[in-house]
Amino acid sequence: MRMNNLVSGLTRAAYLLPLMAVLCMPSLAMAGELNSGDTAWMLTSTALVLFMTIPGLAFFYAGMVRSKNVLSVLMQCFAITCLVSVLWALFGYSLAFDTTGMEKGVLNLNSIFGSFGKAFLGGVGRDSLVLAIPETVFMTFQMTFAIITPALIVGAFAERMKFSALLWFMGAWSLLVYSPIAHMVWSGDGGLMWDWGVLDFAGGTVVHINAGIAGLVACLVLGKRKGYPQTAMMPHNLNFTVMGAAMLWVGWFGFNAGSAVAANGTAGMAMAVTQIATATAALAWMFCEWLSHGKPSVLGIASGAVAGLVAITPASGTAGPMGAILIGAAAGVGCFIAAVKVKRALGYDDSLDVFGVHAIGGSIGAILTGLCADASFGGAGLAEGVSIAGQLVTQCKGVLVTIIYCGVMSFIILKVVDAVIGLRVTEEEESEGLDIVLHDERGYII
Amino acid sequence: MKMVVAIIKPFKLDDVREALSEAGIHGMTVTEVKGYGRQKGHTELYRGAEYVVDFLPKVKLEVAIANDMVDKIIESVSKAANTGKIGDGKIFVYDLEQVVRIRTGETGNDAL
Repeated sequence: MRMNNLVSGLTRAAYLLPLMAVLCMPSLAMAGELNSGDTAWMLTSTALVLFMTIPGLAFFYAGMVRSKNVLSVLMQCFAITCLVSVLWALFGYSLAFDTTGMEKGVLNLNSIFGSFGKAFLGGVGRDSLVLAIPETVFMTFQMTFAIITPALIVGAFAERMKFSALLWFMGAWSLLVYSPIAHMVWSGDGGLMWDWGVLDFAGGTVVHINAGIAGLVACLVLGKRKGYPQTAMMPHNLNFTVMGAAMLWVGWFGFNAGSAVAANGTAGMAMAVTQIATATAALAWMFCEWLSHGKPSVLGIASGAVAGLVAITPASGTAGPMGAILIGAAAGVGCFIAAVKVKRALGYDDSLDVFGVHAIGGSIGAILTGLCADASFGGAGLAEGVSIAGQLVTQCKGVLVTIIYCGVMSFIILKVVDAVIGLRVTEEEESEGLDIVLHDERGYII
Repeated sequence: MKMVVAIIKPFKLDDVREALSEAGIHGMTVTEVKGYGRQKGHTELYRGAEYVVDFLPKVKLEVAIANDMVDKIIESVSKAANTGKIGDGKIFVYDLEQVVRIRTGETGNDAL
C-alpha cells in the first residue's frame, strides 16, 4: 500500500519537475505565464516609486521653501498622489496603455492617444497579464509614474499657486499631457515615438522633460514670487531636503530597475548604472560649486544627485557603467549651469529648479541615451541597422516632440484654469503664507 | 534701582552668567535676539542665489539691580563677554521705577 502511494507520488512529482525547473530560472519569461520572481520585484518597485513621491519628493521640496509654506508643498504632493491615482484608474491607464487601433508603422489618432478600452480598468482582472506579471501590478506601477510626474511640477510655482487651481490643472494635465506622451513612447507598436525607435527606458521624456517643460511654462504664466529676486527666500530646512533627496535615490531603483518589468539582467544593469550615474553627477555638481563659489554645499550635492537620477532615467535600460559615468558627469555640470547660472541670468522664477534639473537633465540624458546605448560604449547595443548618429537624431526627435506637445498643452490648460478660477493667490495671501491662508494650519508651532 | 540690559554673543552666555553669580546676582532674564552694529553679516549661497544676512544671532540679558551695584555689574559683564573682536555687544542701563516679587508681594530693593 505504502509502496503504491510512493510510486504514484513520484509519478506526480515527475510531471512537476519541468515546471519547477522553469520557475527556478527567473530570466525565462514564458509568453502568457506568470513569473513570481518578476512579480515580486515589480510589487516592490511599485512601492519604491510611490515612496519617491510621498515622502521623498514631498520633503525634498518642502525643505526648500520658506517655513510659512512648508505644509502647502506637502499638501500638493499628497493631493496629487491621491487625485492622479483615481484618475489613472478611471481613464489615465487606458489613455496611456490601451492598444486598440494601433498597428506597427501606422500613424493614426491611436498613435498619440490610447482609446477607452481599459477605462475604469475594464479587463484588468486578477488573471490578466502584462509580460510575466499581473496586469494589476503593471497598472499600479505605471500609476506611480503618473503620480510623480505632475508632483515634480509643483516646484516651479511653489509658494504662490492656489490649491484649487492646482487640482484642476494637475487633473487635466495628467489625462491630456502625461497619458498621451506615455502612450506615444511606451504603449508599443503603433505608438508615435515607439515606432520611431526612441529609447526611453524609464521616463526621461515621459516624466522629466514633460514635468520640466510644464514647470517652465507654469512659472512663466504664474509669474515671479512677490519680491523675487531681491527678497531673501532661503530654504528653511535643508535637513528635509537632504532626507528627501536620499529617499528619491533609494526609490529610484524601483523607478529605473523596475522599468525592466522583470527581475533579470536588464534590471540589474539598470540598478548599477543608476547608482553610478547619480554618484558621478552629485560629485560633479559639488565640484562645480566648489570651484565656482569656493565652498561645496549640501544643497548642491543633493541637487547633483537628483540631476544624475533624472539623466540616467532614459538610459537605464541600455547604458553600461562607463556610459553612466559620462551621463552623470554631463548632467551634474549641465544642470548646475542651468539651475545656478542660466536661471539667474534669464531671471525667471522657477522656484525649485524643475526646469533646470528635470527638463535639462532629462534632455541631456535622453540624447546621450542614443550614444551610450551603442555597444562601443558598453551599452546593450543599438537596433539592427541603426547607427549612433541615426539614434541621436531619433532621440532628438523624441525630445522635441515632448517639448512641443507638453509646452503647448500645458499653456492651454493653465490659461483655461486661470480664466475660470485664477491660478495665483493674492499678494497679501502670498505674504502671509499659504499654510495659514489655504489650509488654516501651521507647519511649526513653537 | 536700575535695569541692566546687555546684548552679547550667544556663546558667551555661560561665562557672563558665572561672572554675575560671583558678583552676587542670582536671577536674570535671557532672550534670543537678532541684531547688528559694526559687525557685518555674512553671505549664504543656495543654488546660486546669494543672500547677505545682516542680522546675527545675539543674546539679550536683563538684570534688575540696586543702584550701588551698577559699576560692579557693568565691569563683570564687560569682562566676561569680551572677546576683543567686533560684535561683542553693548550694555544699556535704564532707570527702574518699581520691582515687585509676585509670590510674597515684597517691593523695592527687597524684591531684587
